[in-house]
This record gives sequence, structure tokens and C-alpha cells, in this order.
Amino acid sequence: MRMIKALTAIAAMILIAACSNDQQAAAPATTTVTPGSVADFRQNVGDRVFFDTDQSTIREDGRQTLNRQAEWLKKYGNYQITVEGHCDERGTREYNLALGERRANAARQYLVAQGIPAARIKTISYGKERPDPVGSDEAAWARNRRAVTALQ
Amino acid sequence: MNTRFDMMLPRRQTILGGVALAAGAARPANAQLTIDMTKPSFEPVPIAIVDFKGDKVGADIAGVVRNDLQNSGLFRSIPPSAFIQQNMDPNAPPRFPDWRSVGAAGVVVGQATTSGGNIKVDFRLWDVVVGQQATGLSFTSQPDKWRRLAHIIADAIYKRVTGEEGYFDTRVAYVAETGPLGNRVKRIAIMDQDGFNTRYITDGKTIALTPRFSPTLQEIVYMAYGENNAPPRVYLQNVESNRRELLGNFPGMSFAPRFSPDGTKVVMSISADGNTDIYEMDLRGRALRRLTSGPAIDTSPCYSNDGTQIVFNSDRGGTQQLYVMGAGGGGERRISFGEGRYATPVWSPRGDFIAFTKISGGSFGIGVMRSDGSGERMLANGFLVEGPTWAPNGRVLAFFRQQPNSGGRAGSVTLHQIDITGRFERQMPTQTDASDPAWSPLIPQ
Repeated sequence: MRMIKALTAIAAMILIAACSNDQQAAAPATTTVTPGSVADFRQNVGDRVFFDTDQSTIREDGRQTLNRQAEWLKKYGNYQITVEGHCDERGTREYNLALGERRANAARQYLVAQGIPAARIKTISYGKERPDPVGSDEAAWARNRRAVTALQ
Repeated sequence: MNTRFDMMLPRRQTILGGVALAAGAARPANAQLTIDMTKPSFEPVPIAIVDFKGDKVGADIAGVVRNDLQNSGLFRSIPPSAFIQQNMDPNAPPRFPDWRSVGAAGVVVGQATTSGGNIKVDFRLWDVVVGQQATGLSFTSQPDKWRRLAHIIADAIYKRVTGEEGYFDTRVAYVAETGPLGNRVKRIAIMDQDGFNTRYITDGKTIALTPRFSPTLQEIVYMAYGENNAPPRVYLQNVESNRRELLGNFPGMSFAPRFSPDGTKVVMSISADGNTDIYEMDLRGRALRRLTSGPAIDTSPCYSNDGTQIVFNSDRGGTQQLYVMGAGGGGERRISFGEGRYATPVWSPRGDFIAFTKISGGSFGIGVMRSDGSGERMLANGFLVEGPTWAPNGRVLAFFRQQPNSGGRAGSVTLHQIDITGRFERQMPTQTDASDPAWSPLIPQ
């Protein structure tokens, strides 16, 4: 038990240093979740990738997350996928709807290129309407410029 | 609303007689019953609005008129407690020296009488400076329309004093926001311009955004998300019956709708495979025409006041900028060249200016430029200001301000109005947090 706690602490330090991944993303398997479950996907694969300001290009850290997503999604082919595109609050509402769509589509295309059938993946843009986390500083905005792979 | 209007010009002889008598009196040099709101500086016109005689509603009508005029920033309503002349005959000239001594440039008197299921309201605006009647009107309507009658009276006074059309007999549609930011409820609401008579026309089950009025105010277009993560689409809704119709029935997202000035078309953005372009839909046959193409984001389209052009924002040049094209597409040219990103262009109903949101140096601003892109001027700035919309006279704008979120809690979101000089800004009252204002045309009489 003590060992697991230590591992979690190290993982957290790495995440802070990388400063780009979500807490629930990319964490090594330190807790027991059912393999193939949504919780497994979120905790052990990472359900979201992040973007630079006003950009929709998949970054290197995002490619790694999407590669893991593609592997997992091939293994568990029973899920339908919706990629949600989001933006920070530093743009206008209508433009951000379009930018969120672009981000969702960029993540979708990457997954399709990794072999996920296009018919399995829908996209939706939430623009700046669904912030996570809620905040008005650079750290919050960086986390809000995201594409989230949601499973159904 | 079945309202009858008559110019009220009886007793003209008497009134003219009053002029001759009053003309010899001393005039205060500083107070005039006219104002040029385009001048770089002016003093608000001091005006006295006396409680209307007759029914009890007369005092309420005067209160609405006072509030409208005061809130325009162009008038200073003299408090009734300062009035010297009491118990005025609404049809006789006021005692001008009494009103000069309280500093009024104009005095408004009127009466309201209800009989036979109708309300009759008449009023006169007296020019205290020159000592004669400046304008007067008489109306008949249904008693429950008394607030509208008050707004129409305020519009008549505004027009007589400023030379510009009024904007008080109007409504504002907006997005009413409630609940935590991460799961915010966003409903379309419509209220009178002064914050009264709010009603909600979507149920809040899904997010609804960007309402815009049709020229007749009978309908609005807006964007709403579907149930079960269906992509957002454009809807057309009758504001009386609340019957709504899906306009943007396409595989991808449709959003950013606006009516053409004649109400026969709706221009909107449609996304496909991550790319967003502008389309026009003819409401008579639902025919869809594509107006822009290419990999850029083209959105926030708005027709010119004469319907011949469309201004929109696009990132085709690398960052968001404003472009103008013909209403049928083509001839696209960039009109914004300042530093920063430009968004949400809205063409003035007078055609002279385009209002926009500008993002520059980490803050947001609301500005105006002439329709050829020259003469850019910023009116309001803040952490986040967005979404200008014109009052029908093209001399006042509304927009929304969002304060920063902190401690996981949402900052307030409020509607504001500002005159075209940027001199006078005030918050518009709403029942909840509010964004995306859309100012209606004058309500058809």
C-alpha cells in the first residue's frame, strides 16, 4: 500500500513537470479498475488531448495519448466514440464553436489514421460552453483547449 | 397592438399666445431642449416629467418615461420632489418661470384615462427655454399595453430632442445563464428593453445560444444543442406560439444564424469535417446556397442594412479578421487591419458603422469602424466583453461583460448598453446572468 502511494506521488510529479496532461489521463495503473471499462480508458489511457492557443494541431504529447487511445479502442471494439472539441474562454462564442469543431476533427482524423473506423467516431463542438476546469488563468485555459474522447 | 396615434395639436392659438408671452422672459444659457449626441461633449438635457393625470397608471407611465430617458445618458430627469408647480392642467401651458427655476429645459405633462376597455393617453412636451409646445401625441390602446405606451412617449421625446429615432419601444433577446459553469443552463429569454416582461422561450434542457430577431419580431433564430449529444443546430421559432422549426438540418453543426433585413433569408455557418463555411438559406423554399469555401473558419455573418453585402469573420489570413463580400458570395475583401483578432461584426441598421469584438493584448474590446474599415474606435474594454448588437437607431449598442472566474466559481455575466461615442455605459437589468444580447427593431405599431 505504501509502495502504491509512492508511485502515485512520482506520477503526480511527472505530470506537473509535463504540465500538459490531465490528472485522470496517462496515470499508470495504480488503482484497480475493470479492464475495458470507461474508467479504465480514462485512468489508464487518458481521455483528452490539449492544444495551443487558437490552434488545432495535435501536439507531440497529444499524439502519444491518441496512440494509446487507438490501441485501447481496437482492443475494445464495442464502444462508439464521440470526440468533443473545447476551447478556452479567450475567444468569441461563435468562432470558438468552429474552433472546437476543428479540434475534435483533428483528433478524430488522427484516430482514423491509427486504424479506428471513421464510422465509429462522431464529433461535437462545445466551444467555450463547457469549461473543465473552471478558472480564468493560463493554467485553466491550457486545460480547456482540449479534445475529449467520450465513449458510449 | 391596435394603437391609434394622433398628433395632438389642438389649442394651437393658445399655445402660440403663450410663446409670445414667454419670449420676453430671461433664458438660462446652459439648458437647451436639443442635444447633438455626436458632439465630443455635451451636458444631459434636464427634463421634468410630471406624473400623468387621470388614472393611477398615469404615475406609472411617467415613471417609465423618466427611467427610459435617464438611462439613455442624454437626459437628466429632475426629481419630482423639486417641482414647484403642482396640480397642472395637462392641456394648458405650464408656468414656465417655475420650470426655469428648477433648471428644466423641458417639461412633460399628460393624462391617462381608461374607459370602455381602452386606455387613452396623451402628453405634451413643453420647451421651457422658448416657452412653447415642442411635441404632443395622443394614443388609444388596450390597458395592459400601458408600458408600451410609455416607451412610445419616451421615444417621441427622445426624437424631438436628439433628432434621432428612439429605441425604447423595443425588446432584447439574450441567453439567460444559471447554474455552475461546468454544467451551465443556457436558455433564450426575451425582455422589454428596460428589463420588464421577461419570458423564457427555450426550456433549458439543452444549451441554446445566439438569438436574433426577425425584422418583424415575430420570430427568432438561434442555435441549440440536441438531446443525447446531437450536434448543435439552427432553429427558427415563433415567439408568440413558441412553435419551433429545425432550419439547419444537416449532418454537421449549424450555428451563427442571422436574418436578412427583409426577413426572407437566414445566413449561417455550417461545419463539415471540421471546416466551417457560410451558407444562405432562403426561407421561402428552404433552398441552401453556399457563400464561402476553403479550409478557413468563416463565421459570424451579418447582412448590411440594405441586404446587398455580408460582413463576417475568418481566419483565412492566419488570424481572425473581418471581411466583406456580396450577399450572394464573392468579392471577399478584408476590412480590419488593426492589431489583434477581430470577431462578431454587426452592421449598423443605418449602414454607417460596423461594430465588432476585438481581442488584443490579453483583453477584449467592443469597437466600431466605418463599413469600409476606416475610422476604427474602441468604445468599451474589459477582461471579456463580447457580442455587440445595435439598437434600431444605430446610435446605441448592447453587449455582454463577463468577469473572471475564481475559486472554481463563475464570474458574473451581464448585459450593458453604450452610446456610439463610448461616453455613457450602463448595465441592463436582467433576472439572471445574461449573455448574447440581440436588440430588436422597433416593435411594429
